[in-house]
Amino acid sequence: MIDKTVKSAQEAVADIPSDSTLMMGGFGLCGIPENCIQALLEKDIKGLTIISNNAGVDDFGIGLLLQKRMVKKMISSYVGENAEFERQLLSGELEVDLIPQGTLAERVRAGGAGIPAFFTPAGVGTEVAEGKETREFDGKLYLMESWLRADFSIVKAWKGDHSGNLVFKGTARNFNPIMATAGKICIAEVEELVADGELDPNEIHTPGIFVQRIFQGLRYEKRIEKRTVTH
Amino acid sequence: MLTKEQIAQRIAREVKDGQYINLGIGIPTLVANYIPENLSVVLQSENGLLGIGPFPSEDEVDADLINAGKQTISVLPGSALFHSADSFAMIRGGHVHLTILGAMEVSENGDIANWKIPGKMVKGMGGAMDLVASADNIIVAMQHCSKDGQSKLLPDCTLPITGIRCVRKIVSDLAVLEVAPRGGFVLKERAPGVSVEEIKAKTAGKLIIEGEIPEMTFD
Repeated sequence: MIDKTVKSAQEAVADIPSDSTLMMGGFGLCGIPENCIQALLEKDIKGLTIISNNAGVDDFGIGLLLQKRMVKKMISSYVGENAEFERQLLSGELEVDLIPQGTLAERVRAGGAGIPAFFTPAGVGTEVAEGKETREFDGKLYLMESWLRADFSIVKAWKGDHSGNLVFKGTARNFNPIMATAGKICIAEVEELVADGELDPNEIHTPGIFVQRIFQGLRYEKRIEKRTVTH
Repeated sequence: MLTKEQIAQRIAREVKDGQYINLGIGIPTLVANYIPENLSVVLQSENGLLGIGPFPSEDEVDADLINAGKQTISVLPGSALFHSADSFAMIRGGHVHLTILGAMEVSENGDIANWKIPGKMVKGMGGAMDLVASADNIIVAMQHCSKDGQSKLLPDCTLPITGIRCVRKIVSDLAVLEVAPRGGFVLKERAPGVSVEEIKAKTAGKLIIEGEIPEMTFD
């Protein structure tokens, strides 16, 4: 087997340069690569394009990279919950490309699967369709959308082994498995790094072929945006 | 006029046994509280869960289990978890039978606007465009008029639209209406104490009234 382990988040992100395109897994703050975000903050880079469903909150997740003005462009489906984001967007410091969530997911999946374009009904007749080819299939209109790929994809899993096989937990899976496939280099941080053989091959979500670097993250905060409970 | 809870309660009567359902944020989320217990339905959350359970107790809260509104939730026996591309395969592929969502405006041909107000901060469409472009049955929960009294049921949407010709049924605080295949809002039911005249006055789009319009009842 091929050992994909690196020692730390710092080592994993060491060669990420300014102006690169990064994919980051997560939905809201659920399943985000907390350790890699922290390690990126310690680096002196800027001009990043980040493909991520959301943009974090002011003081957590991708919001921290925005605070440090490391991000040139966000490609997302929903970017509420973040005042600093709003400020930078309105002042023109930040570009944003808003994409329907299913289109975002499928563009990432297509990027990882070697499919340069596909047709989807989402956005037909809306401003999302502007400048895009539409075509009729079986009497219904569809939009052509193209793949998304990244220099680095950064994902967070629950468990992983030295070969880079990953298992996700709960709804922290979200965009992580598809993004793992669509980065030239995929960095996976996991809560628990185990030896090869400890994960059941029947239950692997992301096969290690998609992962180039893996390490065990430290001190996960796993912040909750909306704690709702029944009494 | 219906309260938000009553709008949710009325929409819950549209739910049928065996359906997979996606509930949007806001009033649509409340619909889950009123689905009759004798129906077997499964709620889909587009961030990757089939079978949304109730909010957890304080000591069962799990940061790795949230709904699309980012609230902590629980899973049920028979629930399934999946990634975002699979989630939207369920939605676009027509496997989700019923979508219930909110709207800022609906037009008489079934266009919906609910994602953007020009000049205000744009937060994004999330999964709304995929949902409205795909579901066969879309029910909208909305207020009939804006806070300053302007009708939100229009000949054409004035706000940027989320999807075209997709809304089937609307439950507002005043009425239940269906969108006719050739256009127009067909008045089906009135909220308690609301007259046909009032609904007429507050519906800017084409309103179709056929026969007696029954008044909704609530337990």
